[in-house]
Amino acid sequence: MSLTIRGLRKSYPGVTAVDGIDLEVRTGECFGLLGPNGAGKTTTVEICEGLTAPDTGDVVVLGRRWTDHPRELRERLGIQLQETQLSEKLTVEETVRLFRSFFRAGRAVDEVIDLVQLDEKRAARVGGLSGGQKQRLALACALVGDPDLLFLDEPTTGLDPQARRQVWDLVERFRTTGRTVVLTTHYMDEAERLCDRVGIMDHGKLIALDTPRALIRARCAEHVVTFSTLPAGAIDIERLRAMEGVLDARPDDGGYQLDVAELHRAVPALLAFLAGRGIELSALETHSATLEDVFVSLTGRHLRDD
Amino acid sequence: MTDATLTPPRREIPEGPRQPAARPPARRRGWRDRSLIQLTLVRYREFLREPEAVFWVFVFPVLLAGGLGVAFRNRPAARQPVAVLSTAPGAAQLAAALRSDSSLTVRVLGDSEAARALRTGEVALVAVSAGAGAVSYRLDDTRPEARTARLLADGVVQRAAGRRDPVSTRDEQVRERGSRYIDFLIPGLLGMNLMGSGIWGIGFAVVDARKKKLLKRLIATPMRRAEYLASFLLSRLTMLCFEVGTLLGFGVLVFGVPARGSLAALVLICLVASLTFGAMGLLGASRVRTVEGASGLMNLMMLPMWVFSGVFFSSSNFPRAMQPFIQALPLTAVNNMLRANLLQGAALGTMWGEMGIAAAWLVLCFVVALKLFRWK
Repeated sequence: MSLTIRGLRKSYPGVTAVDGIDLEVRTGECFGLLGPNGAGKTTTVEICEGLTAPDTGDVVVLGRRWTDHPRELRERLGIQLQETQLSEKLTVEETVRLFRSFFRAGRAVDEVIDLVQLDEKRAARVGGLSGGQKQRLALACALVGDPDLLFLDEPTTGLDPQARRQVWDLVERFRTTGRTVVLTTHYMDEAERLCDRVGIMDHGKLIALDTPRALIRARCAEHVVTFSTLPAGAIDIERLRAMEGVLDARPDDGGYQLDVAELHRAVPALLAFLAGRGIELSALETHSATLEDVFVSLTGRHLRDD
Repeated sequence: MTDATLTPPRREIPEGPRQPAARPPARRRGWRDRSLIQLTLVRYREFLREPEAVFWVFVFPVLLAGGLGVAFRNRPAARQPVAVLSTAPGAAQLAAALRSDSSLTVRVLGDSEAARALRTGEVALVAVSAGAGAVSYRLDDTRPEARTARLLADGVVQRAAGRRDPVSTRDEQVRERGSRYIDFLIPGLLGMNLMGSGIWGIGFAVVDARKKKLLKRLIATPMRRAEYLASFLLSRLTMLCFEVGTLLGFGVLVFGVPARGSLAALVLICLVASLTFGAMGLLGASRVRTVEGASGLMNLMMLPMWVFSGVFFSSSNFPRAMQPFIQALPLTAVNNMLRANLLQGAALGTMWGEMGIAAAWLVLCFVVALKLFRWK
C-alpha cells in the first residue's frame, strides 16, 4: 500500500471539509479523487502531503506517518499544488535546479526538463510561459526528486485540450516506472483516461470507490444507442426492450434511445430487427456512459454546476 | 568543486515491496547545488531582475544625497544687504561709512522703496540717519539675518564715530569637513537605506511568495525552513556591501564626506543594522497574505523612524519628553552609530548602548516573527 487513510476528518470554522474518509491506494496504481469544487479533494490530498494536520484519523504514506518521519516522507513525495505560482523572474532551468537542490537524491535537472518537453524553454523566464508550459514546469518540480508517490491536485484545470494531453502523457510515462500517482480532478475524461481506480467525493465524503469501468457498469448502462427511422415511430418500445443486449428503451425526440450493455451484440441485433420489418434507418449514434453519468446518478447534480 | 562529504546517503527508509524503478545513483553535488546557495541565488535573481527595486536601492539614495547636498551646500559667508534711507539728512555719510565694511552691501533707497525692500527681504535692515550722533535701524528681529545685519552695521557706525574696542581680537578660520549638512545627511541616508531594503526587501518577497502559494509549495519539499529564512539574511548581507559602498562612495568622492572611523566597525554596524531591519521585515511579513496589507504594515513600522530617527535633521530637535522613545528606535541607534563612526571616528567601545538597542530589536523581532510566521 502506498497510502492508507482511516477515519479522516478535518473541519474549518463553519465547514466540514473532510467528513470521515477511508481509503487505500496501492503501490503502482493511479488513483483519482473526483468531485465538484468544495467536495474536500484538496483538503484530503493536502493532509496526505503533510501540509495540513487532520482533526482525527490516521494517514500512512509509504509506510510512514507524518508525525514520525516528516523529512523522509518529503524526500520521497512529488507534489504539485493547485494554484502555485512559481517565481516569474526565474528561468525554467533555474527553477528546476532550485527544487532539485532540496532533495538529497533525485534526477538530473536537464533530464527532467527534457522529460517535460521544456528543453527549448530552458532559458526562458517562467513569466513568459503559457499555461500548459507552466503546468509542465510544475510537474518537473514534482518529478525532480524522483518520487515514489506523486500527488497532483487538478493538474489540467484551465488548460487547453492539447496541453491537457501533454500532461496526461507525462503522468502515463511516470506510471510506466511502476510508481504511484494520486490525483484530483473534476474532469471525467481525465479520470477515465488516467486512473485505475476512482473515488468520488461529495460534501467531504467518499460516495463511491471503484474502477471507472465498474462504477459506470454498476450505476448506468455501459452504452447508449440513439437512432431514428423512416417511417418514424413505427416500432413498439416493448419490442425494443426485448431485444438481445438491451437493458432499457425509450422514445427520444422522434427517435429511440436504448441503454445497452454490449454494443457489439445490440447493434447487429437492432439492424437485423429493422431489416426484418423493412424499416429504414435514418440516423444512428452511440456514446459510452461516462463518470459524469455516474456522478449524476449518485447525486442528482452535474459535476460542474457553476 | 565537488566534495565527497556532500554526497547524500541513499534513502534508508525500509518499505514493503520496492518498485523495480530504475534509480540512477545519486550524483555528487557541487556547492552550487546546495539548497542554501540556490535559495540565495534566487534572492539575487529576483532582485536584480526587478529594475524598480534596483533603482530604489541603488540610484534613489544617491540622487537624494546629490540633490540635498547641492541644495544645502555651505556657501562662503554671505554679505548682508542693507539699505540707507536717502531722504534723511546725513544719508550720504552714513552710506559711505557702511560701505567701508566688506561684509555689507549698501543701497541708498527712497522711503517707499526702502520699505518695500525690507518687506520682501531684499535688504535685511534699513539704516536711518537721525541727525548728528544718532542712527535708527528698521528691522524685523525675528529674521536671523536682520539681527546679524544690525550687529554688523552698528559696529561699523560706532567705530566710524570713533569708538575704540578695548579688547583686541583676531579670527582664525576653521572650516572642517564633517560639520556640513551633507556630512550629517549621508550617514542618515545610509541608515534609512539599510532600513528600507531590510524591511522591504525581506517583507515584500516573503508576502509575495505566500500570496502565490509558493511558500506552501516550498515546504512541501524537503527544504529546511531555516535555510529559506537564512537565504534572505545571506543575500541581504552580501547586497549590503554594494548598497553601502555606492552611497558612501558617492558621498566621499563627490562631497568629500569624511569616513574617519574604522572600516571593520562600520561593517559591523551595517551588519547589525541589516539583520535588525531584516528581522523587522520578517515580523511584518509573518502573517500577512496580501502585498497591500504588508505594505501598509511596513510603512507603519517605518514611518516613526523616518520622522524621528534623525535621517534629514537631528532628532534632538524633538521635545525632551519624546527623547526616550526616539532613542529607543532602532534607526536612531543605527544613525547615531553611523555618524559617530564616520564623522567622529568614534570607536565601537563608545557605542555599546546603541548596539544594545539594535541587538534587542533584532532578537525581539526575530523571535516574535518565528512564533507568528505562517507558511501557508
